[in-house]
Amino acid sequence: MDEPKLEVQNKTVESIPAVTIRFAGDSGDGMQLVGTRFTDTSALFGNDLATLPAFPAEIRAPQGTIAGVSSFQVQIADFDILTPGDNPEVLVAMNPAALKAHLHDLAPNGMLIINEDAFEEKNITKAGYKVDPRESGELDGYRVFQVPMEKLTKEALKDSEIKGRAVLRSKNMIALGLISWVFNRPLEDTINWINAKFEKLPEVAEANVKTLKVGYNFGITVEAFHHTYVVEKAALPTGEYTNINGNIGLSWGLIAGAKLSNLELFYGSYPITPASDILHELSKHKNFNVITFQAEDEIAAAAATVGASFTGKLAVTGTSGPGLALKSETISLALSAELPMVIVNVQRGGPSTGLPTKPEQSDLLFALYGRHGESPLPVLASRSPSHAFYTAIEASRIALKYMTPVILLSDNYVATGSEPWKLPDISDLPSLTNNLTTKNNSKDGFLPFHRDMTTFARPWAVPGVPGLEHRIGGLEKEEGTGNVSYDSANHQYMTDMRAWKIANIANDIEPLELNGDEKADTLVLGWGSTYGGITQAVNRLNEKGVKVASAHLTFINPFPDNLGEILSKFERIIIPELNTGQLIKLIRERFLIDAKGINKVAGEPFTAQELEEKIEEKINE
Amino acid sequence: MSKVPVNYKRTDMQSDQEVKWCPGCGDYTILASVQSFMAELGISKEKIVFVSGIGCAARFPYYMNTYGLHTIHGRAPAVATGVTVSNPDLSVWVVSGDGDSLSIGGNHLIHALRKNVNIKILMFNNQIYGLTKGQYSPTSEEGKKTKSSPFGSVELPFNPMSVALGAEASFVARSVDMDRDLTAQVLQEASTHKGSAFVEIYQNCNVFNDKAFEQLTSKEGRVANRINLVHGEKVIFGAEDEFAVTIENGEAKIVKRTDIDDSQIYVHDITRENPSVAFSLSRLSHGPYGPTPMGVFRKVERETYNEDVMKQIDFAKDSKGDGELDKLVRSLGTWDVK
Repeated sequence: MDEPKLEVQNKTVESIPAVTIRFAGDSGDGMQLVGTRFTDTSALFGNDLATLPAFPAEIRAPQGTIAGVSSFQVQIADFDILTPGDNPEVLVAMNPAALKAHLHDLAPNGMLIINEDAFEEKNITKAGYKVDPRESGELDGYRVFQVPMEKLTKEALKDSEIKGRAVLRSKNMIALGLISWVFNRPLEDTINWINAKFEKLPEVAEANVKTLKVGYNFGITVEAFHHTYVVEKAALPTGEYTNINGNIGLSWGLIAGAKLSNLELFYGSYPITPASDILHELSKHKNFNVITFQAEDEIAAAAATVGASFTGKLAVTGTSGPGLALKSETISLALSAELPMVIVNVQRGGPSTGLPTKPEQSDLLFALYGRHGESPLPVLASRSPSHAFYTAIEASRIALKYMTPVILLSDNYVATGSEPWKLPDISDLPSLTNNLTTKNNSKDGFLPFHRDMTTFARPWAVPGVPGLEHRIGGLEKEEGTGNVSYDSANHQYMTDMRAWKIANIANDIEPLELNGDEKADTLVLGWGSTYGGITQAVNRLNEKGVKVASAHLTFINPFPDNLGEILSKFERIIIPELNTGQLIKLIRERFLIDAKGINKVAGEPFTAQELEEKIEEKINE
Repeated sequence: MSKVPVNYKRTDMQSDQEVKWCPGCGDYTILASVQSFMAELGISKEKIVFVSGIGCAARFPYYMNTYGLHTIHGRAPAVATGVTVSNPDLSVWVVSGDGDSLSIGGNHLIHALRKNVNIKILMFNNQIYGLTKGQYSPTSEEGKKTKSSPFGSVELPFNPMSVALGAEASFVARSVDMDRDLTAQVLQEASTHKGSAFVEIYQNCNVFNDKAFEQLTSKEGRVANRINLVHGEKVIFGAEDEFAVTIENGEAKIVKRTDIDDSQIYVHDITRENPSVAFSLSRLSHGPYGPTPMGVFRKVERETYNEDVMKQIDFAKDSKGDGELDKLVRSLGTWDVK
């Protein structure tokens, strides 16, 4: 490959406000890496952005098939965005299967970059095409760029120490280099990243850097790309930013929760997609006195967490849907023993093994009611990667202050998607109180169930404290003494007290806020990961002159105190959810409102455009 | 474990709760043994935690004047793991039964033993489900007629000693409720053991499985059938010491002493690194129906889970310094928007 020529200056650079790019290829093609690198470079450049990785549940699904396609979508913008974009304007397809799986999403006249070397007859057939899609006319209406990615890679690495099939591992760098050129992104940051990552394998680092540059130079030299684009910096609020996904945000929030409460963090978990990354992240940070316990099963993870709570830790267990089911009995124990504990559930498509790598909000009712007996507990949900940081702190605060297990919901979309996060001033974060005690509370001996009459929390006396030895468990306890009690009046009282304690938390949480046209007669109410899509859709509708507002719940139990008042101001309530209608049941039951649902369980989030259309439809019904 | 000079009486270890097992239950004897032993252990009671699951035996923590946690069926070893890892300074005891430990909680038992978590597990084996009123358990003998097996159980029972040894347990011992001296001895050995200890205590359920251990507790049976394992001593048993145990081709055998030379008798060694001999001893009986080894089978030194977890935390703090949130949130790189 020749050195870059100066004719680059003759090519047009067009400034655009935003672009959505999707990288798609075989699960072994390194598309997640390409997407992440492009994202990080764009973040450093100063764009606002949001991402949507999507990959198969199988680590290496059969090569060249639709089932094996992995993709990564990123929207970068020079303004504040909330979603990873609707239909991509750029699609990079590394093989026929990736083209087949994603072409239908590409916007009209979109840019389609395909790896022409992968379009052999065998691969074309494997993807389910009868004829080569490049010749069938189905690519008409797109701007198609065929790039010989494999040939370029082999050529670039012909003198490299890397030989054989291993050479082609670097072909994703051709795609990254080319896209970097098309969108005027400097390579420096990625080159530094490659060199650091392959510090111990210099030949691999060299091969990747070389192919990256070849991809970039291909854009410069090939006539076809006569046009490049730039997305300027976003006018984000000033400050220091980092780029995080929801699992990282949530992990850091738990560490912060422990720091802010002067407790040590215990995290008990069993590997499960997509929650495992929380276990991975926390196990890196042992210098925060974090104990991570990879248990023999989901039940043991929760059980050890109860044990840790009994000894005075900020005790957290994390899982995804099927694991929450297994933890159910143990959560009831913590609830009955009134021990503080946070249970993280990164939701995925269900039931059963379902869609392990796809987002869904279908565990809401399970989180609220999936226990035996009368067993209310607080449930809150993260709406975005940065929000996951704050909700992890909030879940810790509530658990510790009220001596209760708390379920914190995330989902695959929040967990694996990323966004820039304006770092908070750590010193502004609130300190968290707890009920630890070293003092006897009665002259007749310690009363482990003698409550604080403002929070209704019981004292937290932990082993090691002399004089406060006591026994608790899952049998019904007598108010005050905590002794086993089968008394009927006591059981009625304790059941009512446990419910009252949780309901009372409504006084201690942020009120619900309205977004959009407050005088509208339609309110779109959501929770969790639909936040970006709903807010963007409502903002767009407002711009079009449609009267609509939105509000997004963090706490689903208890509801914020002002929810009823807000709902009463609107004639029409629309509730979009990635389930068949769960929050809507709660709202209808509690407020006797004929709310309308917009529901989807297709293994993918709502796009803003989709919601915009459906909300408008509901308004016009 | 920090030991302080504490002088307790047995009554100091008794909680104010009325003990509610059936009159005549073997659990009373074990409770008395444990309370006496705990009073003399030299550990102040605020540092002692009893954790249990579900079953008759699982009510145990309520009767101890220490910290106690009565949890859910089978999960006590996992809960206790959370307790001891969170605070390695505590003396943590699990009280369980054969159903709790070997049926619903089998997974937690083997993993706690494998990891050598610093907990002492006392499994009261009565070979029956008592709290649910008499169904066969995973240690009931084949053919056992119970409410849930009116034609006899068709299941091969577990040999708890073999299970524990197979799960890499570093301490394995057996006692029987009626023998308070042996129980105290075994508990003493367990309490000084670093790591997880598994102690099976044969326990008579006089309501649903009375006299299950008679061959080991009756006047004659006690003398004839107990094979007492004593570290460093030849394994000899019988009313007139007429039997001995030998190890041939890795297999323990009961032989008449008249048939062999005394030099062939196995000399018990609880510290053998390889558990094969201990395992073969456990195979001498598959239940308390004849000659049965009692006492400590195995006691070997191994790093504990607790120690290794703490070492990693200490290492991380030494090499990276105490964690700071300001640094954490910047650990993936940042940029400024001006």
